[in-house]
Amino acid sequence: MHVHEKPIYESSHTVEGGNFDEAGKVASQIKANLKKVGLRKDVIMKAALVAYESEINIVSYAKKGMIQISVTAQKVNIEAIDEGQGIPDINLAMQEGYSTATSKIREMGFGAGMGLCNIKKFSDLFQITSEIGKGTHLKMVINIVNGS
Amino acid sequence: MDLASIVKILNLKVYSGMDKLNRSILGGYTGDLLSDVMANSQEGDIWVTRQVHQNIVAVASLKDHAGIILVHGAEPAKDTLDKAIKENIPLMVSEQSGFEVVGQIYALIKGGGNNAVTGH
Repeated sequence: MHVHEKPIYESSHTVEGGNFDEAGKVASQIKANLKKVGLRKDVIMKAALVAYESEINIVSYAKKGMIQISVTAQKVNIEAIDEGQGIPDINLAMQEGYSTATSKIREMGFGAGMGLCNIKKFSDLFQITSEIGKGTHLKMVINIVNGS
Repeated sequence: MDLASIVKILNLKVYSGMDKLNRSILGGYTGDLLSDVMANSQEGDIWVTRQVHQNIVAVASLKDHAGIILVHGAEPAKDTLDKAIKENIPLMVSEQSGFEVVGQIYALIKGGGNNAVTGH
């Protein structure tokens, strides 16, 4: 990780747990901001997806959380940090289709057990740590390569 | 084929985004699981779903979909309609089933004549 690279864009967004009416708002803001930064469309789409799934996870399973984004010339770094129930078994949570979502969450089209898989699939680097009763921390990197 | 033609041929009721119907439709996606749609649909797609919750607008907006078609005469929730108007995304309703809607749109944009099928 080139931690000393100077960011060309940074922002931090709070996400309210349980508020499904506003779910997707942070991802939309991030997408709009990355457009202004002038990133390539495929990079923006990946970042928007990663931010969206992270946001939905916080809304679904945490009291509150934060999504931080930092863009350098080489990469987009996204972190999602929540104060929530935590994940007892990360390997299980990473299995596509595995979900602990309530029926209320599923009725809205969420909770299909695809969120974390999508995040991993659309990120070039993905790291997850979680502590029961404390919360979950996701770190994602999307590389910005030349050309398309 | 533009969205306006699809609206006319399928007799769709348009609730919002009336000025966006000139967009050319090259593909589509169908599904009710939002993560599935986020991961697998493409920019410019027409999205066919039975899901009426307002989060469909956020997904369509993030993916730059050409519009959303609700099937089986599903009424959009008021919050959904408000958001679709605000985001200016065409929200349409068909009285037909998802199977019938998708079949017709597929035939219109991909089938027929010498046009090769260009799925993504």
